[in-house]
Amino acid sequence: MSDPRDLVMRLDRITKRFGALTANDAISLTLRRGEVVALLGENGAGKTTLMNILFGHYVADDGRVEVFGEPLPPGNPRAALAAGVGMVHQHFTLADNLTVLDNIRLGTESLFSRGASRATARARVEALSRDFGLAVHPDARVGSLTVGERQRVEILKALYRNARILILDEPTAVLTPQEAEALFATLRRAIAQGLSILFISHKLHEVMAIADRCVVLRHGKVVGEVATAETSGAELAAMMVGGEIALPEARPATAGKVLMRLDGVTTPDKGAAPGLKRVTLDLRAGEIVGLAGVSGNGQAALADLISGLILPGSGSVSMDGPLARWSPREAIRQGIARIPEDRHKTGTIADFTLTENAVLEGYWQTGFSKAGLMDWRAAESFAEGIIAAYDVRCPGPAARIRLLSGGNMQKLILGRVLEPGPKIILANQPVRGLDVGAIAYVQSRLIAARDGGAAVLLISEDLDEIMGLADVIHVMSEGRLSPGFARGSKTAAELGLWMAGQGFDHAA
Amino acid sequence: MRLDPIAAPPLSRQIGLPALALVATLLVAMALALIAGADPLATLGLIAKGAFGSKFAALETLNRATPLIFTGLAVAVAFRAKLWNIGAEAQLYAGAIVAVLLGTGALGAPLVLPVSALAAMLAGALVLLGPVVLKTRLGVDEVVTTLLLNFVMLLFVSYLLEGPMKDPMGMGWPKSPALIKEARLPRIVDGLRLHWGFALALIAAVVVWVIQSRTTLGFEMRAVGQNREAARFAGMPVNVVLVKTALLSGGLAALAGWSEVAGLKGHLSSDLSPGFGYTGIIVAMLALLHPLSVVLSALFVAAIFVGSDSMSRAAGVPTYIADMLLATALLFMVLALMLTRYRVVWK
Repeated sequence: MSDPRDLVMRLDRITKRFGALTANDAISLTLRRGEVVALLGENGAGKTTLMNILFGHYVADDGRVEVFGEPLPPGNPRAALAAGVGMVHQHFTLADNLTVLDNIRLGTESLFSRGASRATARARVEALSRDFGLAVHPDARVGSLTVGERQRVEILKALYRNARILILDEPTAVLTPQEAEALFATLRRAIAQGLSILFISHKLHEVMAIADRCVVLRHGKVVGEVATAETSGAELAAMMVGGEIALPEARPATAGKVLMRLDGVTTPDKGAAPGLKRVTLDLRAGEIVGLAGVSGNGQAALADLISGLILPGSGSVSMDGPLARWSPREAIRQGIARIPEDRHKTGTIADFTLTENAVLEGYWQTGFSKAGLMDWRAAESFAEGIIAAYDVRCPGPAARIRLLSGGNMQKLILGRVLEPGPKIILANQPVRGLDVGAIAYVQSRLIAARDGGAAVLLISEDLDEIMGLADVIHVMSEGRLSPGFARGSKTAAELGLWMAGQGFDHAA
Repeated sequence: MRLDPIAAPPLSRQIGLPALALVATLLVAMALALIAGADPLATLGLIAKGAFGSKFAALETLNRATPLIFTGLAVAVAFRAKLWNIGAEAQLYAGAIVAVLLGTGALGAPLVLPVSALAAMLAGALVLLGPVVLKTRLGVDEVVTTLLLNFVMLLFVSYLLEGPMKDPMGMGWPKSPALIKEARLPRIVDGLRLHWGFALALIAAVVVWVIQSRTTLGFEMRAVGQNREAARFAGMPVNVVLVKTALLSGGLAALAGWSEVAGLKGHLSSDLSPGFGYTGIIVAMLALLHPLSVVLSALFVAAIFVGSDSMSRAAGVPTYIADMLLATALLFMVLALMLTRYRVVWK
């Protein structure tokens, strides 16, 4: 194991700064032949920055990368590819309208080359998919594939280019538990064939299952490096967050009356994103409804519907009687707190101040404006109130919100929507991309709102989050909604089957 | 070469770089003068003298700045909401037509001035309404429609001046009859060639500034411009805001034409505007779309035009230098603006 010839990749004191922020601070790590190294860390710990440096998307301020003993020229993805480094991004880089085979060949040879080379390529792809257990039809259009299949295409693409080192960035984020298991099987075959894998994740149980060694990042620094066999999940978690942070635990609550009812609601599909398919759902006072599912299975349509952005195509939505009008403004008026999925693009306006963002949805209400004239003083004191009550770390209410971290931005949104005392809270991926402290804070606020009698709809792709918080769990798959499962009545694996689309036929 | 965003640009950068852009513009002006065979410093001096060197010159500059303030405001208001109104020229002529329609005897004092001003704004607003409805309803690019309407409007004005609006006493020249005395904007001070249109333009700038910074409509216009998706999610009626923006923008541009006719020329001809609508874009961009800065940038642009005219007579450098100067000023300003927000990294 200590044979230096086994060393396939070495990162030497990689440093990368963005302004005042040091995203990577003298990070060193090594990867040996046939080894899986997990790069662990919270969001914002510097994992993705490091990967982008490795693959040549960013240029490090300091330090160097060696692959198979040769230094890798900085800022050159092509050189990384040529050196045998293959990367599978979190967001796939595939052309939907091309076949699997063409996607794999794309960029490696001319598409106008003669049939012979195409046939050779097909044979190679078929051999690779057999050898690595990556079942996918070479002539299928990528647009028609599932997310799991697309990921296989990405891996095939890397293997086709003779990658000896695979870098996987949060590969299981978009997979059901079953699909993740299949991915691990593939990775084990790859190791057996002498490949090396760098596996980026923040999910501990996966890391424990697949990795030989873990490198833990925190605030851009390596804070620990341990062999997986000699550590435990708890120890890794403590290393990641730098001490114990207890996540809030939701005590079961008794649900009250129905505050919003969706009855057989169908909405049109939006491009590749499915709309709702005859969805029936009750949101009750004092209850957190968790919506699990693989991303892109209709959650966006449900969120848009409740946010007021779209209208039901058929079926009905009622709150104290059927809704006569429906729009974002009407949703706010009806007491719906909306925490959007994308706080940068949808939830805030980057170049507006905290004050302006705080009154973004309420500026028209008396108190913030009168006869069309803004009362900026009232708006500012509202923002100051949120900053104090929700612990928003910022230079002040006049600062632009783009200067805030994701967690502080989310706290401002939270204050904006919770301060009016909403009846219903739509929390769409409320903790995605936040650090552990902010996650605990946001979740405890949601629980407190539920205990105060609000109905909460929590949409998340993180099954652990759903299982930890929700009183009732529904699963969405291709726009269909599963029956509600009471807290603790289903295991993750059982929910995973629903996420993969099984069970709906019997239920329907 | 790469650009790294700067999270919070320091004040020195925000002020220093635009100042540097101005200096660079002057250097280019000197180089141009040198190429034309004149003494660079003397040329700059002559431009300044031509623009501000005498009472007459200064008032001429203020007169020239008046329509530019209006069109600059029109563009600034629209661009702030990311409504790309390239058609201020057409809206200007709409205002000018109304000034003639109502100012040649249809109405008398004291109604004629306020009524024709409001009617002119309405006409300009309507000219922009079409493209905006096409944009919000059908997604038609307003850059194309507003730009093309400029030519439609200019041809329409030519038709009017050759036909229904032709001055019977015009000796065959394509111009409208003259406005009655009551329909003319009086001079601010007797004996000085500066009309009330300039004061009106200053008031308009302040009003626009108040609308943008103090009203809910201004808040909506800025939000829609900065991030349409977030504005929609927050419950703002995005399309209604765009229509209101268009009405305001079109109305402001129309006042440029109205005040040129009622304050300066006294009649309509097809050479009423030497491209005030287009120059308004430069004025607005140089002012970074801020309504109060529009006044300063309109004065700057007007000074260059007026000053270049007189410099050209004295030094023999072609007046094209004015266009060159504005173009370089704009380019340097845009560059300076980008460099305030991004750091260039040479690798």
